[in-house]
Amino acid sequence: MIKFTLQRLLQLVPVLLIVITVTFWMSKKAPGGPFSAERKVAPQVMAKMNAYYGLDKPLLQQYLLYLKNLVLRGDLGPSFTYPTESVNQVIARSFPVSLQVGSLAMLLALFIGIPLGVLAAVKKNSLADYFSMSFAMSGICLPTFVMGPILAIVFGLWLKWGNVFGLEKSGNAWLPPIFLPALTLGLFYGAYVARLTRSGMLEILNQDYIRTARAKGVGSFRVIWKHALKGGMMPVVSFLGPALAGLISGSFVVEKVFKLPGLGNEFIKGAFNRDYSLILGTVIFYAVLIVLFNLLVDIIHAWLDPRIRQ
Amino acid sequence: MTAASEIEHGTSLWRDAWHRLARNKLAVLGLVNFILITLFCLLGPSFVPYKFDEQARTLQSSRPGELIFARDLTRNKSREPRTDYIPLSKMIDESAFVSLSRQEVAEKVEKLKRRETVQAGRYTYSRSTRHHVLGTDALGRDLLVRLMYGGRISIGVGLAATAVSILIGVLYGAISGYLGGNVDTAMMRIVDILYTIPFTIFVILLMVFLPRSIWLLFLAIGAVEWLTMARIVRGEVTALKHREFIEAAISLGLGRLHIIFRHLIPNVMGSVIVYSTLTVPNVMLLEAVLSFLGLGVQPPMSSWGVLIDDGAKTLETTPWLLLFPAALFSLTLFSLNFLGDGLRDALDPRASKD
Repeated sequence: MIKFTLQRLLQLVPVLLIVITVTFWMSKKAPGGPFSAERKVAPQVMAKMNAYYGLDKPLLQQYLLYLKNLVLRGDLGPSFTYPTESVNQVIARSFPVSLQVGSLAMLLALFIGIPLGVLAAVKKNSLADYFSMSFAMSGICLPTFVMGPILAIVFGLWLKWGNVFGLEKSGNAWLPPIFLPALTLGLFYGAYVARLTRSGMLEILNQDYIRTARAKGVGSFRVIWKHALKGGMMPVVSFLGPALAGLISGSFVVEKVFKLPGLGNEFIKGAFNRDYSLILGTVIFYAVLIVLFNLLVDIIHAWLDPRIRQ
Repeated sequence: MTAASEIEHGTSLWRDAWHRLARNKLAVLGLVNFILITLFCLLGPSFVPYKFDEQARTLQSSRPGELIFARDLTRNKSREPRTDYIPLSKMIDESAFVSLSRQEVAEKVEKLKRRETVQAGRYTYSRSTRHHVLGTDALGRDLLVRLMYGGRISIGVGLAATAVSILIGVLYGAISGYLGGNVDTAMMRIVDILYTIPFTIFVILLMVFLPRSIWLLFLAIGAVEWLTMARIVRGEVTALKHREFIEAAISLGLGRLHIIFRHLIPNVMGSVIVYSTLTVPNVMLLEAVLSFLGLGVQPPMSSWGVLIDDGAKTLETTPWLLLFPAALFSLTLFSLNFLGDGLRDALDPRASKD
C-alpha cells in the first residue's frame, strides 16, 4: 500500500512538469499581455513595469526562474490583476469558497444519488425505478448553467430562502449562502451518481455471494446496505475522480451565476486579463488537487475491493 | 426464392441491432426528435423574415408573440422616413400618450388592434405585420431565428468535434492495440497522464490565448474528447487481434495498415457509434459552458450557450429569453442521451442474450 502510494506520488512530478511547461509557453507565446488592456503608458514606464515583473528577460530564463521559485519556496509569483497581492494570497483567499461549495455539492450528490440508485436497482422496472431514472436523466440534461439561474430565481428571488448573489447573507434568507450553488452542482452530479449506483448495484445483486447472504437468512435491508452496497459503489468511486475535475469546471459556471468570489472566478478573470502568473498558479493548483484526489480515489478503491490490493 | 435459402439467410449484427433499436420507443423518439430539431435549425431561418443579427431599435425584449405596432413621424420633412416598432406592453410608456389616461390609452390600443391608424402627438401608429413568435432579445433581435442559428452552431460543433474525436481516438486506439507490447504501454501511459489533466481548463486556455474562431472551438473540444474513445477502441482491438480472421489476414501477407483499416476498425464500429452518440451531448455541453463563460462563440453569432448566458442575465425581467433556449437545448440533450442508451442496449452483445 505504501509503495503504491509512493509510486503514484512520483508520477505527480512529470504530470505537473508537463502542465507547467505547456501552460507557461502557451500563455507567453500568445499575443497580448497583462498590460495590453490598460491605457497607453510611456515606453519608459512600460519598460520599468516589465523589468519589475521580470518580463524583460528571455523566456527560457523566466521559465527557469519560475520553476526555481516554485520548487524552492512554493512561490507562484506576483499577480498582475491584484497588484497588492501575490498569487498565493489570491488562491488562499478564494479557494476556501470553492472548497466549501464543492464539498457540499459532492455530499449532496452522494446523498441524493446513492439512495435513488439503490432504490432503482432493488425495485427494478417499478415505478420507483422509472422515477429515479427520470430524475437522473433530467439532472444530466439540465446542465448547471440552466439549473443555476432557475434555482436562483425560484429559491432566491421568489421564495427568498437563499442567497442569489455573493456570500453576504441577504435579508431573511435562512439557507446558508453557499447552499444554492452547491445544490446546482449537486443535482447534476447526483444524477450521474444515481445512474452509476443503479448499474453497479444491478451487477452486484446478481452475484452468488448476495444469494448466499440471502440464503443464510440475512435481512434484505442488511443485504442491500451492508453486503451489496460496498461492491455496488465501485462505479461511483471510479466516477469521483472525473467528478472532481467536473466540479472544478462546474465551479466556473456557478461562481459566475451566483457571483461568488471563488477560485474558478479568479481563474476566468486571470484568463481574460492575460494575467500569466494567476493563470499558471491556478492551473498548477488545480492539477495538484486533481492528481492528489485521484490518488485518494485509488486508495478508496483498494479499500473497497480487496482484489486490487495485491 | 426457395424456403431453404430463406432459412440460410441470417440476420447481420446491424440488422439485428436496428430491430432492437426500433423496439426501444424512447430511443426512436430520441432519434426522430434530434432529426426534427436539426431540420428546424437548418431550414427554419428561410421561413422567418428576420436575420439573426438584425436589431430593431425600440423593440427590445418584446414578449413572445405579442402584438407589435409601427410608429411613423406624421410630419416628416427633414428626416428620412423611419418606422419604429413598439410592442403592446410598451405602448403605455409612449411619450405621445403621456397626457392621456389609462382608459384613453386602452381605447387607442383597441383601435389599433382593429387595424385602424391612430394619430398621437407627432406620430402615426398602425398595426405592424411584424410578429416575433418567441419575442425579441435585449437588442431587439428575433429570438426564434437566433435560436435556429444558435442550434446550427451548437449541433454543428457537437457533430464536428465528435468527428475529430472519433478520428483521433479510433486511429490512436487501433494502432496502440494492434501493435501491443511496449508501444501500447507507452501510448496508453500517455492517455493515462492526459486523463489526470483538467481538460476543461486547457480548452479555456486555448480559447483565451488563440484567436477566437469556430474552427478552433471544435478542434480544441475534439482534441480533448478523444481519450475515452481511444481506450475503448484499444480494448476491443486487443481482444480482436488474436481472432482467427486476423491471423488469416496476417498469413495472407496483408500489411499492418491494411489489417487495421480494413479488418479491425470495421469490427469496432459498434462501440464507436455508441460512444459517439454519447459524446455529442457532452461536446455540446462543453461548448455551451465555454459560450456561457464568454469564451466560445462570439457575438453577433449565437449558440445555445450564448443565448442561455444572455437569458440568464435578464432572468428576472424576461424569463422567456432563458426558457426557450434552455428548453430546446435540454430537449436535444434528452434526445441524444436516450438514443445513445438505446444504441448501447441494441449493440451490446451482452444484451442480445435476453
